[in-house]
Order: sequence, then structure tokens, then C-alpha cells
Amino acid sequence: MNNNNRHLISILMENESGALSRVANLFSARGYNIESLTVAPTDDPTLSRLTLVTSGNEQIIEQIVKQLNKLIDVVKLIDLTETDAIERELMLVKTKAVGGEQRAEMKRLAEIFDGHILDVTDSTYTIELTGRGQKLDNFLRAVEKDAILEVVRSGATGIARGQKALHA
Amino acid sequence: MEPITGAEILVRCLKEEGVEHIFGYPGGSVLHIYDALYAQEDVQHILVRHEQAATHAADGYARASGKPGVVLVTSGPGVTNAVTGIATAYMDSIPMVIFSGQVPTALIGNDAFQEVDTVGITRPCVKHNFLVKDVRQLAETVKKAFFIATTGRPGPVLVDLPKDVTISKTEYHYPKKIKLRSYSPTVRGHAGQIRKAVDLILSAKRPMIYTGGGVVLSEGSTELVELTQLLGYPITNTLMGLGAYPATDRQFVGMLGMHGTYEANMAMHDCDVLIAIGARFDDRVTGKLEKFCPTARIVHIDIDPSSISKNVRVDIPIVGSVPHVLRSMINVIRDEKLRPDAEALALWWRQIEQWRGMESLRYRNSDAVIKPQFVIEQLYKVTAGQAIITSDVGQHQMWAAQYYLFDRPRQWINSGGLGTMGFGLPAAMGAKLAMPDQDVACVTGDGSIQMMLQELSTMKQYCTPVKIVNLNNGYLGMVRQWQEFFYQKRYSMTYFEALPNFVMLAEAYGHVGMRIEKPGDVEGALREAFAMKDRTVFLDFITDPSENVFPMIPSGGGQNEMLLAERDEMVSTHEEGMVLV
Repeated sequence: MNNNNRHLISILMENESGALSRVANLFSARGYNIESLTVAPTDDPTLSRLTLVTSGNEQIIEQIVKQLNKLIDVVKLIDLTETDAIERELMLVKTKAVGGEQRAEMKRLAEIFDGHILDVTDSTYTIELTGRGQKLDNFLRAVEKDAILEVVRSGATGIARGQKALHA
Repeated sequence: MEPITGAEILVRCLKEEGVEHIFGYPGGSVLHIYDALYAQEDVQHILVRHEQAATHAADGYARASGKPGVVLVTSGPGVTNAVTGIATAYMDSIPMVIFSGQVPTALIGNDAFQEVDTVGITRPCVKHNFLVKDVRQLAETVKKAFFIATTGRPGPVLVDLPKDVTISKTEYHYPKKIKLRSYSPTVRGHAGQIRKAVDLILSAKRPMIYTGGGVVLSEGSTELVELTQLLGYPITNTLMGLGAYPATDRQFVGMLGMHGTYEANMAMHDCDVLIAIGARFDDRVTGKLEKFCPTARIVHIDIDPSSISKNVRVDIPIVGSVPHVLRSMINVIRDEKLRPDAEALALWWRQIEQWRGMESLRYRNSDAVIKPQFVIEQLYKVTAGQAIITSDVGQHQMWAAQYYLFDRPRQWINSGGLGTMGFGLPAAMGAKLAMPDQDVACVTGDGSIQMMLQELSTMKQYCTPVKIVNLNNGYLGMVRQWQEFFYQKRYSMTYFEALPNFVMLAEAYGHVGMRIEKPGDVEGALREAFAMKDRTVFLDFITDPSENVFPMIPSGGGQNEMLLAERDEMVSTHEEGMVLV
């Protein structure tokens, strides 16, 4: 009951200026956590899909969901943690790749994690990885710390499995 | 159809919405709108003396009439001045539509003269806001604004209007109806939940009905009275809910909360079933949450799902509009001829009467110095309990709530949520404009009244006769009371060493001023003032500076830990309570 559980909440909202601010504002005004937030228009250009990761006990999550629903711009939302869902995050990592041994090691690691090398220079690789946050964390742990030059993560996004679909 | 300007479109929209009064203050970015207002007579514009007063006056207008209050201010400082009033309306869920001027769209973001990010500044204190960037969207946006402000849980909606939008022309078309895919408040309660609630309510041995401002806002008073009398249960109102149930009825046990009656708070604490209706379990009501209604199972009816189980977990939530849900409950009870447990109820009432016997609102009157409670009692008597009473914020507000018995909704107008000093006077002006045939009194104090004094000038201009009942004790009384109790009488910045001569001040503004210093003169002065039907009268009552508001639940205390006027020596509260304010 009092455990601070991680929740992945996906929101369908009006694609209007200020809509994102309303969500961000709500979280800061009420003191809720936002771990990550990702947003983009959907196939219907009048709608945006916003996915955020937050944490809190059951009562806090219930309030977050209710408060989000109360925003006039929010059309629908789903707590993907409460359902069978696919969660993915994109990560771009720039690593050192100097000398035959390091270059081979990086390439092998990228392959193990189903990553792709998108850019190659004589001293760096830029690797693309997708997966759950845990997998991306594991990759970063597997790479020698000094070799990481830059990490960019998109934040988690997700979609329910099966027939369930969120639409206006 | 001939294209017309955005400003003309706005004014036509206001007419379609049935707006008769608009409170505002002109400036550069709204000049076109003022020009359009000049050319017509259907919408009367009230020129206040400060934009904060425009919002409070529109707020008082809305609370007295049930219609949305409408405000028009210019960009920049016009908006920032209005923010306090918008936040006040937001906290108390008052329907209001605010139109603000904005710099031309091409200049937005350029730090132009009198530019602020209005939509950004007001976002946290409005139900919704809009920036209109194209005149072709203006009429529909105005329609949406009124729809959102007045439906569901009401609240202020702001429409920001760049100057070029008010100048550009388009064909006028006002939508008859509007539908928003992302907004459709639940009105009817869930039948299954209502059934479960009725069963729980009728199984109660020690029931308690606790209702708030939601009953007033939803016009649910008739249903509330019918249900309460059908059940024969005790009922308490929050500060915002006063008047929704007649205070002179025997089943009413007074207001609850920090300065509620002994019987209301004790009955709350000991009840086994609590029926919460249009109330939001505010911290001033609950006291320490862990000690709130420890033995109660709770039914909560509210139109806003986020109010339910926010502060206190409830057992049976019902989302819906109060009158609809209560009507359904009444129907179930009547159709099935259900009866409460008469024996248990009789015992419960015996207990409550015992608490009532404590006479927690009793105070020691004086022949020498005017007691503030006495002034409110006399005000009640002189107005036969019929006046609309607005108040500011502080001790006088609590005394007005405790000693004036409100028998009908929309009779008691105060800033309950935000607690805005300065609210009372402009709100009284707005209420008088909405209800010209009713007596309106503003109960205030020497601190609060000075925050919006300039509106005496507006009141002269528009002939809105209000009786100002100033409980003048020379102190910021409520803060002084806390300093006395919790800060070992270190009266830091709560005494006014200089105060104006309020009689001369009233006269300077063209009103009548009276100074009353003796208890024996209180009733006479009030009678004289209310006899002057067409004049605003400033009654400056010089009251006992040491009087405190009782009963009181000190911060951190439970509902059954009240301090009573003549029983308890005030002691410092524990440290944990101090942070609770």
C-alpha cells in the first residue's frame, strides 16, 4: 500500500499549444514525481500521445490519474502498469572505439543487446538500442565506464497488448 | 453576412450568453473591445478602481446569482492584478469568465509593453484558459469558455485576446451547442453505488451528514433538505456550505471544523456513518487526518472525482451532481419505504443534545465594550436573518459564520478556500448588482477593509448601497489570536498604530459614516443604517481588541480536542501542529 511503485501512464490529449505545460504544471504544482516524459503527435494530427513515468503509492497514483483526467485537454488516459503492455525506450550511446580490441568489444556488445551502430568514426561508435529501461541500464553497465562519451535516452513509451487501444 | 471585428464579435457573444454586467478596467490592448462596448447598451460595464476588485465583484455577483461572473482586463498589470481574484474563484469553484487583452500576436514573446505570459501565469489557478490567435476561432472559444466555466465543477476560465484579433474581421457565427470530446462531466450518479450508499446510510446507528459548497453551487439545497428531514439525521455545513440547510432548523448542529461548534465536531468524531455531500475534506475541516472520524464508514458524493479519496479514503464514492444523486436516493428510500433505525437515532440525538448543551458559542457580553459577536447577533436581528452577508477574512469572518444564521443558499459569500483579504467589499458590490432588491452587508475588519477601500468610489458611481460592518479592533485579529496562543503573546506586526478615520473616509467617498463605541448603540446604529435604503453606510464598530474566536481546534488536534471559550486555558500546541498552520 505504501510502496512507491513505478507507473507508466499514457495519455491521449489535444494537440494544442500549452497542453504539455498543463501536464508538467500539474506535476510540479502538486508535488508529484516525473521520472520521464515523452510526447508526439499521433496519426490523427489533432491529437498527441504523451507517456510519462511516475512513482507513488496507490493513493498518489489514483490522484495523479484523476487530476490528469480533470485537465480539459486530456481526452483519455491509461495506466499501462495496470494492464498487459509493451514498454520501450530508445537510447543513443556514443562510445569510445579506439584500437582493434575496443572496437571489436563494442561491436560485440551492441550485437548482444540487439543494438545498431549508426555512426562510425576512427575513434567513436554511436549505438542505437531499444528496449525496456532495465535492458538499457544493463547495457550501460556492461560497457566499460570510461568508454561512454554521451548517453541520450528518450524516456519510456508504451502500448497495451492485444485488442485494447486508446483512441478518441 | 457582413464581416465584423473581433471586438464586436465578443460583445455579441456576451449578449448571446445573457451577460448583463461585466466588471473591468480599460487599457491599451483592450481599447477595441471598449469601443465595441461603447456602441451598445445591453451589457453594462462596471468600471472598478483596481482589477482585483473586478474579479472579486464578478465573483460576488456569481455567488449571489448563480450566473457566471464576467471580467474584462487589459494585458500585463491588468492581468497580474486580477490573478488574486481568479485564484480566489478557483479555490471556491466559482463560475467566472475572464477576458484579458494581450499584445498583438506578432509581438507575443518579444517583451512588448504591458506583455506578460497570461496563459502561463494563470494556468495553475483556472479551470482552463485559451489564447485566441485567429479571429475565426473567437466565437467558438467564447462559447467553450462559458460552457467549461459553468458545467461540472465550476471554475474560472480565461480567454486571452491579442489586440489584432479584436481588430480583424470575420463573419459572425455563434454555435448553439458545443461538444468537447475531452470534457463531459458525470451528472447522474451510478445506480449501484447509490443503492449501496442508501443501505449503508440506513444501517447507521450514529449517522452524520456533512455538506459543503458543492450543494450551493449545484442548486441542491431543496434535495438536501428533503433527504435530511426524511432521515431525521443531524447535519453540519462547512464554511462554504452554510445556508444550504437552514441554520435555524433543529437538525442543524452548526458549522464544523477549526472554529465549528462543539456538537458538530463531536458528532463528526463519534459518528459511525458519514454522508459527505459536495464537500472536499479540507484541512480546516478535518483537523489532524489520523484523528478524523475514526469510527466512520464514509459515503462521498461529489461531481469532481479528484475530490474523492484525496485527503480521506472513502468507502462508497458517488460521482455526480448533488441534486441528481440526492433525488435518486430519496426515490429509493421512498419507493421501498425504508426507515432509519429509530431507536439508535433517538439515543444519538440524546447524545448530541447533551453536546449542544455545552453552548460552545456562548460568550461573555459586556456593557462597557462592544463584543464582535454581539454586533453579528444584532445584525442578524435587524436584518431579520434575510440579508446577503459577504465577509473578508479573519476573526470577523468566523464570527459572521457562527452568529448569523443562514437559512438559504447564496446568502453567505466569503473566500473560504484561498482566504483572500479584500474580498468582502467588491463581492458585496457584485452581490448587490446581482440582487438589487436584497439587503447586502459586508462584515469586515480594519485590516481587510483597507485592502480594497478604493471600491467605495465604484460603489458611489454605480449606486450599489451596501452596509459595511467593520469590526474594528485595531489588530489583525486572527493572526494576533494565534500569536497569543502559540507565540507567547509576541504580537509581531499585528497592531495598527495608525488607522484612518473611517467615518470621514466614507464621507470623502460620498457615503455615510458612523462610529459606534458603546454596546447600547449597536442596534440603533444598524437600524438607522439599514433604513437608508439607497445609501452605502460604513459602520465602524470599535470592538474588544482582546476577543478570540472559539471554539477552536488547535492545529494538529483531533475533532474532539476543541478548546472552548470559558473552559480552557489556551496552551501552546505541539511542534507537529505548528507546521500545519
